[in-house]
Amino acid sequence: MEKQLYLSSSPHIHSGETTDKVMRGVIYALLPACAVSIYFFGWPALMVLLLCTGACMATEALCRKGMGRPLSLGDGSAALTGILLALNLPPSSPWWLALIGSVVAIGIGKQVYGGLGSNPFNPALVARVVLLISFPVQMTTWTAPAPLGSGIDALTTATPLGEMKTAVMLTGRLPLPAGGEYLEYFTGNMAGSLGEVSALALLLGAGYLFWRRILTWHIPAAYLGSVVLLSGVFWLVDPSRYPSPLFHLCTGGLMLGAFFMATDMVTSPVTGKGMVIFGLGCGIITVLVRLFGGYPEGVSFAILLMNAATPLIDRFSRPSKFGTVPQKG
Amino acid sequence: MKLKTFPGGLHPPDNKEWSADKAIEDCPLPEELVIPMSQHIGAPAEPCVLVGQQVKKGEVIGQAKGFVSVPVHASTSGEVVAVEPRLHSSGRLLPAVVIRPDGEDAWVEGLAACDAMALTPDQIREKIRAAGIVGLGGATFPAHVKLSPPEGKIIDTLILNGVECEPYLTADHRLMLEETERLIDGVTILKRVLGVERAFIGIEANKPDAIEVVGRACAGRGIEVQGLKVKYPQGAEKQLILALTGREVPSGGLPMDVGVVVQNVGTAVAVSDAVRYGLPLIERIATVTGPGIAEAKNLRIRVGTSLSAMVDFCGGLQGDPAKIIMGGPMMGATQLSLDIPATRGTSGVLLFREGDLALVPEGPCIRCGRCVGVCPARILPTTIAAYARLDLINEAEEYNAMDCIECGCCTYTCPAAIPLVQVIRLAKGAILAKRRKV
Repeated sequence: MEKQLYLSSSPHIHSGETTDKVMRGVIYALLPACAVSIYFFGWPALMVLLLCTGACMATEALCRKGMGRPLSLGDGSAALTGILLALNLPPSSPWWLALIGSVVAIGIGKQVYGGLGSNPFNPALVARVVLLISFPVQMTTWTAPAPLGSGIDALTTATPLGEMKTAVMLTGRLPLPAGGEYLEYFTGNMAGSLGEVSALALLLGAGYLFWRRILTWHIPAAYLGSVVLLSGVFWLVDPSRYPSPLFHLCTGGLMLGAFFMATDMVTSPVTGKGMVIFGLGCGIITVLVRLFGGYPEGVSFAILLMNAATPLIDRFSRPSKFGTVPQKG
Repeated sequence: MKLKTFPGGLHPPDNKEWSADKAIEDCPLPEELVIPMSQHIGAPAEPCVLVGQQVKKGEVIGQAKGFVSVPVHASTSGEVVAVEPRLHSSGRLLPAVVIRPDGEDAWVEGLAACDAMALTPDQIREKIRAAGIVGLGGATFPAHVKLSPPEGKIIDTLILNGVECEPYLTADHRLMLEETERLIDGVTILKRVLGVERAFIGIEANKPDAIEVVGRACAGRGIEVQGLKVKYPQGAEKQLILALTGREVPSGGLPMDVGVVVQNVGTAVAVSDAVRYGLPLIERIATVTGPGIAEAKNLRIRVGTSLSAMVDFCGGLQGDPAKIIMGGPMMGATQLSLDIPATRGTSGVLLFREGDLALVPEGPCIRCGRCVGVCPARILPTTIAAYARLDLINEAEEYNAMDCIECGCCTYTCPAAIPLVQVIRLAKGAILAKRRKV
C-alpha cells in the first residue's frame, strides 16, 4: 500500500445531489413555460429570454472577477435567475429593459450580499420591482398572444388582472365574462409576462420538480391554498365585485410565483412549518394587493415582503427537538 | 404487518446484496493476536499478564477498572509476546496484549455450564460483566451497566436491535438467521435480568428472511418480532424506541427514563453464551465488504485479529484502497492502516477505492432545508454549523447542538457538500470543553 489513505470523519458516502444539479433541475422544469411563451409571443419572447440569461451570466462573471472571488457560473444559479427574470417581463420588453433588469438582479439582488446563498431577496423579483417602479410604461405594456405562424400582428392589450382592476375601479363591478376564457387562461392564451401565461406549462414543470424531490409541497400548497380560501370568501360575499378563486389561480403570476419564485430556497425558510407560514403570508398579501391595492398584481410584492420576514419566520418556526414532545404509549 | 418507523431520516443505497447471502465463515487464527485493553466505553482494562506467560483461551488478560469497565480475555491459547501500546482503531497507540497462538486453541479451565433460569438477576449480571460483554452494535457500552437500572427506574420493555440500518453491513442479519436459538435464549435471559414481560426484536424490512425466521422461532415465547421501515438511522437507539413504543427519550436522557433497555442482537447471543456456558466474549461476527475487497464475506473473527488477516481471508484487496472504514459508511471510523486489530465493537470493515469516494467540493449553503427535513433529532444542522464555524459556541448550544446524534444524514444529503455533522461534532466538543471550564 504505497498510496495515501483518506482519513475523515463520517459519513463516508453522499447522496450525489449537488447544487448545480438542483439548479439545472429547476431550469429544465422551466423549459415548458419558456416554450409556451415563445409559441404565443414569438421572437420577442425568445429575445427577452436569451438576453436576460446571457446578461445575468455576464453580470455574475464580472461581479465575481471584480470581487476577486472564484467564478460561479458552473452552479447554474445565474442562468436560472436570468430565465426567471425573463419570465417575469412583458414579451414586448425593449432590449435595454432586459439588460438593466439583469444587472440589477445579479448585481444588486445577489452579488452585493456575497453571492449564492447570501441574498435575502429573490434576485429576479428585486429586478422586476425595480423595473416596474422605474419604467412603469414599458413594464405594463402587454401584447395579446399571436401564436407562431398565425400571421397575426402583436396587438397591445390588457392582462386579465389589469382588466379586472380597471373595471372594478371605474364601475365597482367585474367586467362581464366572455365565456370559455378559463381554458385560455389555463393554457396561456392571454396577455401577461412571458412566464405568467400558461398555468399548464408551469404545472408540468412543477410536477417534474416534485418528482425530483427538489420541491416540497409546503410553500406551493400553503400559497395556493390561502389564495383560494381568502379570495373565495370575498367571492362568496359579492361575486359581482370579486372574481372567483379559479380566476385568481389561472391569471397573473400566481402559478409562476407559487411554484418557482416563492420556493426559491435561498430566500424562503428552511423548516417545514416555516415554509407553510411563508406560503400563507404570500397568499394573503397577494389577494389583498389584487383586490384592494393600487397594482393589479401582487405576487412579486407578496414574495418580497415574505422574503424580508424569512429570518424571523426561521427563528420562530424551529421544530421541537427530539425528546421534548409529550409521550404516548 | 405494518412497518413502524420514526420521523426524518433517509434511505441511502444499502449495498447489502454483496454479502447478505453469504453464510458466516470462521476467519482462521492469525499468527498474532493484538488484543487492546480499550474495547469498550469507560475505563480501559488493566493488563494482568506478563510477557512470556502462557495463556489459555478465555483467560482474563486485562482486569476491569471500576464499574463502567469490563475485563478482557485471551481469544486463543498461546504465549504473551508483548504488553505494549499498539495502533488502535481510534488512531492512537493504546495498551494491548499481544498473543502468539499455540494452535491448541485450548479453553481455560473452570468454565462451567449452568441453568441460567436458576440464577438470580444479580448472578446473571455478574456473569455478563465477567464475560466482558459490551454492546456489539458498535457503541461498545458495557452491557451489565445498561442492565443495572438505578433504584426508582422502572423498566417494562426490552428491545433487541436487529435493525442494522448501516449500508453494506450484514453481520447482524446473518447472526439472526444462523444463531436464532442462541439469540432467543439470550433475550429470555435478558428479560429475566430486567424482570420485564415485554420484549421486541426490531428488524428492518430489507431482511424479510430474518423477520420470518426469527418471528417463527419466537412464536409463543413472549418475544415480539416487529418489521421496521427501511430508513437510516432506524437502528439509532432513541429512534428505534420511538418506532417500537411511541415513547420519546427525553432530550439529554437515557432509554431507561422511558422504561426501556435496548441491546443489540449480537449482544443477546453473547449473553446466552456467557450465562449458559460461562464463555467470555472473545469473538464476534463482522462483515468485510465494499468495492475495494475481492469477495465480500461475513466472518466470525477472534478479537485481536488484524484487519489485514480478515482482508486476506476475503481474497485480498481489489485495487488500491483509498479509505479503510471500521464499521459502516454512515458512522464508521477511517483507519490509518490494515495493521489494526478488530475489537469487540468491529461490526465490519469497509474498503473504498479512490473512485468510489464522493469527493465533492464544498459550496455555499443554498438553504434548501434538506438537512432540516432529514434530521432525526429535529434540530437545524445548517444553522448550528454556521454558528459553529463562526466560533459562536453559545449560539450553537442554544440551537441544540448537544442533541445531535451524529447519524450523518445532514452531510449525506447536503447538495452543497457542507460537512455539517463534522462541524457539529467539533461544536459539541467545544461546548463540552466550555461546560467543564465553567
